[in-house]
Amino acid sequence: MSNAQEKVVTPASGGLPTRELLVTTSPHIRGPEDIPRVMWTVVGALLPAGLVGVYFFGYYALFIVILSVLAAVLTEAVIQKYLLGQPVSVKDGSAVITGLLLAYILPPGVPWYIPVVGAIFAIGIVKHAFGGLGNNIWNPALAARAFLQVAYPAPINSDWRIIKESGGILSNITGMDAITQASPLLKEFGGKTYSYMDLLIGRVPGCIGETSAIALMLGGAYLIYRGYVDWRVPVGYIGTVFVLAKLLPARIEAPWANDPIYHVLAGGLMLGAFFMATDMVTSPLTRRGLLIFGIGCGVLTTLIRFYAAYPEGVCYSILLMNTATPLIDRFTQPTLLGSASGGKK
Amino acid sequence: MAAEMKGLKSFQGGIHPPFDGKSLSKDREIVQFPLPEVAYLCMSQHIGAPAKVVVAKGDVVKKGQKVGEAPGLISANVHASIAGKVTDITFKPHPVTGARTQVVVIQREGEDMWAPGLDEPQDVEAMTPDDIRNLVREAGMVGLGGATFPTHVKLSPPKDKTVDAVILNGAECEPYLTCDYRLLMEKTREVIEGLRIVMKCLGCKNGYVGIEANKMDAYERVKAVVGHDAHIKVELLEVKYPQGAEHQLVKAILGREFKPTQLPIEAGAVVHNVSTTYAIYEAVKHRRPLVQRVISITGDGVERPANLLVRVGSPIEPLLKASGLKAEANKVVYGGPMMGIAQPAVTDAVTIKGTGGILVMSSAGEWQSHACIRCGKCIEACPYGLNPSYLSILCESEHFQQAMEFNLMECKECGCCTYVCTSRRPIVHLIKTAKYELGRQKARAQEAQKAKEAQKVQAAAAPATTK
Repeated sequence: MSNAQEKVVTPASGGLPTRELLVTTSPHIRGPEDIPRVMWTVVGALLPAGLVGVYFFGYYALFIVILSVLAAVLTEAVIQKYLLGQPVSVKDGSAVITGLLLAYILPPGVPWYIPVVGAIFAIGIVKHAFGGLGNNIWNPALAARAFLQVAYPAPINSDWRIIKESGGILSNITGMDAITQASPLLKEFGGKTYSYMDLLIGRVPGCIGETSAIALMLGGAYLIYRGYVDWRVPVGYIGTVFVLAKLLPARIEAPWANDPIYHVLAGGLMLGAFFMATDMVTSPLTRRGLLIFGIGCGVLTTLIRFYAAYPEGVCYSILLMNTATPLIDRFTQPTLLGSASGGKK
Repeated sequence: MAAEMKGLKSFQGGIHPPFDGKSLSKDREIVQFPLPEVAYLCMSQHIGAPAKVVVAKGDVVKKGQKVGEAPGLISANVHASIAGKVTDITFKPHPVTGARTQVVVIQREGEDMWAPGLDEPQDVEAMTPDDIRNLVREAGMVGLGGATFPTHVKLSPPKDKTVDAVILNGAECEPYLTCDYRLLMEKTREVIEGLRIVMKCLGCKNGYVGIEANKMDAYERVKAVVGHDAHIKVELLEVKYPQGAEHQLVKAILGREFKPTQLPIEAGAVVHNVSTTYAIYEAVKHRRPLVQRVISITGDGVERPANLLVRVGSPIEPLLKASGLKAEANKVVYGGPMMGIAQPAVTDAVTIKGTGGILVMSSAGEWQSHACIRCGKCIEACPYGLNPSYLSILCESEHFQQAMEFNLMECKECGCCTYVCTSRRPIVHLIKTAKYELGRQKARAQEAQKAKEAQKVQAAAAPATTK
């Protein structure tokens, strides 16, 4: 990249020792934030939810998480080193996040090759085929999940009961065997309605990292505090789902069909709202744009949950809104100082 | 931080570095630096046309004698900053723009005496606005904050514009620099008198002094000097860069906005910083042309940061040596860390009127830049409402016309976007390069147009000659 940085040696004619002076364009100082700092902080904020997942779903879930992260990191290193001839940037933490997020949205009992194939698709196709970090249009983990959903419908949709067999920590601690379902939002399995407390803690069926609302909210709140997540996305997203879940006529018959709290706490909403929709690269640039984006995600999620064949709408609604991001950017440009009518397009 | 900043006047956007470097030199009193043996007077120390040399090689000049004369309105005179002999009239690279520029070289000789007619107390009360304007113009006054806009132009508003606020800019928001703060502390009375002179010149009854809240002692001192003068309001400002830029200052104090490419006069305001206002006082009250100014020598590359009173055109090497230049110093910047200009060499550099500070850095780094990750921090930081993310991408890929549609030309290059950039992109550099490239394209197009017209004239003339 052109940075006009050249070393100049001063003539030794003066009384000073010859020294090399660095000549660069202003500013000559930089703020504390850079990509590794942001990424590793997000990794840290994701950990509590993963720990809860492993606690309830067992060590096999941990195996899936580690496998997914390793596959993501390795894919990135191989592509950068051998395909693109770029410096390998896995240390920046971005591939680790993709690996983590992908594992978090997989059922805890998936066969080992699912996270591996998913990670290769996420990093190879969704991220690097589009130009690498910063240039990808869709959130890599979500796009990979959508790909797996289509490519491997059987293991993705039916391997939930492996949890119980794998034993893990779950059976010892809760003694529950009810967690053999895909999601608390599925009415076919939904003989049982989970308590708000179960949903908060994560003592419910679901994907590895999506179940514990409290752990996800903690991590998300920390990212908002650090300034890496704009509150408009999660608040706009969750708020919209809350309102629409109350207002829209439900098509299914379940005690929670129009229960806004249940809709907010159950399924992948918390993970999506705090960690997926807030992905900087694939969400709009301006605050106004982020609010529109969050609300859009909320509308789509509720519509899919209420009126589509699929019980969970988080993945596809965020992917759709990712697609709409350039359009949102276009209409939410910042306003030039001193121009009441707003900045030019 | 937010809590302690409550109730302070401010603006949208901006940044504040965790370490602003002010502590290095803020308590160092202003010291007159020994006169240079040789002064190098650049004929272009201001925005506008370069001054025309009015001395010849071999001439003996007194301090304050005019050596360069402004050829037009948007220009400024240049005066001999020391008494001596003109030993050369030559060309050197300009310390800020890098362009070849004419330089008058004066070898110091004899006593440090003012030229006749100068350094005489004047009766300001009896002056008309035009008298003041002429004195300021004669004195070669320019904005000493670094932009070096000729001051007399600011004192001559167009007839259709009214000035209802004169703002003394005591924000000094650029990190590290403390020259204005020291002047506010040590020459409070003179600076406020300078503000009154400007108000008188503009026939304006409302004066404001804006001071950042990290300079409470200066604030108290100014309040004490202003006393019961109901025409001057002293305002505390949030500590935030670029609080002292005209747009942000006018917004903070008056709540008025104007476009980045417009002048404050559009909002009925005229802004002068402390150094300029002090120099105006000197020029009008004592008839002393602008031959010296306070320069902060600071940064972790010098042992003894200082605020020095330095003659214009002084070589910087003695200044840095006297301040204890460290062996590991690797970057020398004219101005502050946000907008300052890095110098290629210590030995050749001389000061100009706009040099308010020399920042010496000992471990200046280079940053590895990355593709934009769209974090949006630059947009939040931009105090002018631009989209630095888009601009940097468009400029990098040389889509200059599209960059213009995103207000490229409105960028003031304050550096906030680049400071906060998570991807460490050299945004200001890309923008500056794009503007430069556009300027060249325009010049080329004009030349081509001229050539075409010349050809047409020739073609039209050709048949006539054959007849």
